[in-house]
Amino acid sequence: MGIRFILMVNKQGQTRLAQYYEWLTLEERRALEGEIVRKCLARNEQQCSFVEHRNYKIVYRRYASLFFLVGVDNDENELAILEFIHLLVETMDRHFGNVCELDIMFHLEKAHFMLEEMVMNGCIVETSKAQILTPVQLLEKTS
Amino acid sequence: MKEYIIRLVYVEMLGHDASFGYIHAVKMIHDDSLLVKRTGYLAVTLFLNEDHDLIILIVNTIQKDLKSDNYLVVCAALNAVCKLINEETIPAVLPQIVELLAHPKEAVRKKAIMALHRFYQKSPSSVSHLVSNFRKRLCDNDPGVMGATLCPLFDLITNDVNSYKDLVISFVSILKQVAERRLPKAYDYHQMPAPFIQIKLLKILALLGSSDKQASENMYTVVGDIFRKCDSSSNIGNAVLYECICCVSSIYPNHKLLVSAADAISRFLKSDSHNLKYMGIDALGRLIKISPEIAEQHQLAVIDCLEDPDDTLKRKTFELLYKMTKSTNVEVIVDRMIDYMNSINDNHYKTEIASRCVELAEQFAPSNQWFIQTMNKVFEHAGDLVNIKVAHNLMRLIAEGFGEDDDTADSQLRSSAVESYLHILGEPKLPSVFLQVICWVLGEYGTADGKYSASYITGKLCDVAEAYSNDETVKAYAVTALMKIYAFEIAAGRKVDMLPECHSLMEEFLASHSTDLQQRAYELQAVIGLDAHAVESILPSDASCEDIEVDKALSFLNDYIQESIEKGAQPYIPESERTGMLNISNFRNQDHHEASSHGLRFEAYELPKQTVQARIPPASLASTELVPVPEAMYPRESYQTTTVPSVSSDAASTELKLRLDGVQKRWGRQTHFPSTSTSNSTSLKTVNGITQVDGSNTANSRTRETYDSRKQVEISPEKQKLAASLFGGPSKTEKKSATGHKSSKPSSHMVKSHAPKSSMEVASEKTSVQQPPDLLDFGEPTVRSTAPSLDPFKDLEGLLEPTTQVSSAVNHSSTAAVTKSPDIMGLYTETTAGAHHKDSDILSGLSKPPMTNMVGGTTTMQVAQSSKGPNLKDSLEKDALVRQIGVTPSSQNPNLFKDILG
Repeated sequence: MGIRFILMVNKQGQTRLAQYYEWLTLEERRALEGEIVRKCLARNEQQCSFVEHRNYKIVYRRYASLFFLVGVDNDENELAILEFIHLLVETMDRHFGNVCELDIMFHLEKAHFMLEEMVMNGCIVETSKAQILTPVQLLEKTS
Repeated sequence: MKEYIIRLVYVEMLGHDASFGYIHAVKMIHDDSLLVKRTGYLAVTLFLNEDHDLIILIVNTIQKDLKSDNYLVVCAALNAVCKLINEETIPAVLPQIVELLAHPKEAVRKKAIMALHRFYQKSPSSVSHLVSNFRKRLCDNDPGVMGATLCPLFDLITNDVNSYKDLVISFVSILKQVAERRLPKAYDYHQMPAPFIQIKLLKILALLGSSDKQASENMYTVVGDIFRKCDSSSNIGNAVLYECICCVSSIYPNHKLLVSAADAISRFLKSDSHNLKYMGIDALGRLIKISPEIAEQHQLAVIDCLEDPDDTLKRKTFELLYKMTKSTNVEVIVDRMIDYMNSINDNHYKTEIASRCVELAEQFAPSNQWFIQTMNKVFEHAGDLVNIKVAHNLMRLIAEGFGEDDDTADSQLRSSAVESYLHILGEPKLPSVFLQVICWVLGEYGTADGKYSASYITGKLCDVAEAYSNDETVKAYAVTALMKIYAFEIAAGRKVDMLPECHSLMEEFLASHSTDLQQRAYELQAVIGLDAHAVESILPSDASCEDIEVDKALSFLNDYIQESIEKGAQPYIPESERTGMLNISNFRNQDHHEASSHGLRFEAYELPKQTVQARIPPASLASTELVPVPEAMYPRESYQTTTVPSVSSDAASTELKLRLDGVQKRWGRQTHFPSTSTSNSTSLKTVNGITQVDGSNTANSRTRETYDSRKQVEISPEKQKLAASLFGGPSKTEKKSATGHKSSKPSSHMVKSHAPKSSMEVASEKTSVQQPPDLLDFGEPTVRSTAPSLDPFKDLEGLLEPTTQVSSAVNHSSTAAVTKSPDIMGLYTETTAGAHHKDSDILSGLSKPPMTNMVGGTTTMQVAQSSKGPNLKDSLEKDALVRQIGVTPSSQNPNLFKDILG
């Protein structure tokens, strides 16, 4: 289990997407999100994109108004996770065309589908954009 | 409907309960429309956990969908399988999943593999017969499936390396193909060929190659290739490089790869990006285990990171420091850690750093006094977060002191501990564990040096018991401490009058709900009523270290048993042969558990059992008949019960014995003394930052000098100082053997000037002393330049004429700021009679300059220093003074020299 959770949070601290790879109750999620969002949003550009929190690390990256936060185990390669976030954004970019916060808000399920293709059981399983997007596009076509 | 469900997902995401709508999500997975179905699956995976009641309704649908012709439906169902199937439902879907492993669509194969991975995580036994499938899928035609298969294999290999050694060749060849861009272009990311697969493979290789030379040799070429091919200008390239470093530091070391890794690390550390610095620090921490010398060249970068305002970077750097701690730099590092610990309020991290401080201090402490001071700081700031064992170790250390035969130093240590604790007691809120230590030490040694009256100490103890009235353990410690103090007083023949608050306290405790407290209070009452001789034998002063011999076989009872059996008593049946008495033994276990959690162990080796048994009538004699179990409450009682032929006593005594053994091992420091002692004496200099003057060999200091001079303009002296004290380590440890011989001592004294070792002219000496201010400005250059250098030969000459020394000693004792010097001098002149003591004198003489700076560098001392004859005497004085007042955390153990010299 490498990745514990993936969060997308806007500048105001509102969660836009949340995917957990281990079960947490609603209360725990809320507390956790509050804590780490506060921690990460307080940091500036120069500081490094990794934050230690309890017994895991959070790798975060900011795109315009949206923060991507990924919680990982301690032995995970942080830089790779940072690039994984970028890969996710590139993938969404290819699908939505210049992706923004609103795209994710209004197509939450698609963003989730992409994540489902890329990460399973907390492991990165697919990194080819074509492979990730094919099922999502097929789904769109059938409906 | 789909829109509503997505709204529900939002509701939950924003932290509100949406359980009323779960059933609709479950209904949605039956929908015919593919998109709606998949959305339904998504919603249930987000809403439900695997133990939710609704899962039963879903499993059936999943089974049906897994058989679907449409691979998208199968994929959706497999996603749900990964999230929602629990241990009990695995068999319901397992056969279908296995079938899907051969599905023509690669996406399905991939997800089926991951579903098996999930089952393996949940319950390894359920898929143990399917492990070969993972190996098969590794050779899948589709790189996506192959990449996914690496995840379960990684887990499998983590759990059992040896069964997968045969795959090393396969992994290496896959990695080679990936690195040579044989995979489809679609997997490229920022011009790197499938970096995420590379990283996963490197992780696996690191596991497989760890301490396996043969397996590692297969990897060298490919890892070296990747090192060369990685583009260090992109983040992803650096991510792969970092993974390579991790791999190199894990597998059997290869020189070439280590060099490449060191290069990569220095690139990371020199980068402006904080992310890369972070990775660099982490990588350094890994590599340092294999080649400690690479830290040397990065010292300033590390210091920069340590002082960086970025908390993450700082923590990582502390982690690195923790890994590179040695006896030479432990003081600096632990001080830094404690400072940092005080500045944060994140309990999780505080606990971690506190336990690290403790660990380092236990492992590398240069002196016991320093250890106690450090522990005090740790307890004060993070007391409730540290393990109780640490407190026991501290008590034990204070009790045992330095060694067997140096009583003065021991008592000094103790009285300084008592003093500091009395001072600390003034603080408003102290952690319970620390209070226990304080109470115990005060009880044991509070009145030992006669500085404080019994009533003063007992007053303090009563205050403690009152102030922390809701902490029974602390109260128990306080009562026992009171009992000891009164016992010492009685034994010394003094009249004991209990303070009124103590009386009221006792009355309260006598009626306490805690049987433990009650018993202690009764014991106290009983002890006070006894005469001096009896008390002396119950609680002999300073007996906490005396070993108690436990006759485990209870041989002394043989006669009694024989007699009883002859009278017709039942012979004892071992516990294992008894039936129907399970409840009793359970009860006993419980009690033992309680006893250990109370942590009152110290009493066990404090009281000789025979006398106690005889003298303390009220409580302990209750433990005579058949079931002595409740009396096992705390260890001392279990000793008393050894008189009874019962199971409990036997078990209790072994347990105690075991525990003592464990502690002994933890504290095996005595055995290390010969090896660490010399470095201790050098580390004393480290504190003052004058490492350069006397503690490094030529080669190292030269490299450092060049490095320093290059950067000198922009680097502040404090940083250099810190760097010197942190990284001066390796060079000094090399010197260990040299310090033992006086002949090599002078040479190390002037290493800085790069003078050949043979030339010992005074001239070179002078340059050696004047040079350090150029390199490292340590604050008092003027004082230093006026103070002439020490000439070791002159020192020797001075030593050969002890009479003149003594006479001048008297003169100087009047000028020097040392008040107690005459007595100490007397002490030392006596000891200098032995020829071999010259060595120890030289050592202390050499350690003088830093000491002067430390004590205050008063002018009188400088004057004393300028005249060469009595130098040694002064240094001795200061050494002794320092030792006595305990100013330096590093005041040395006098035994050190004995160890060196035989």
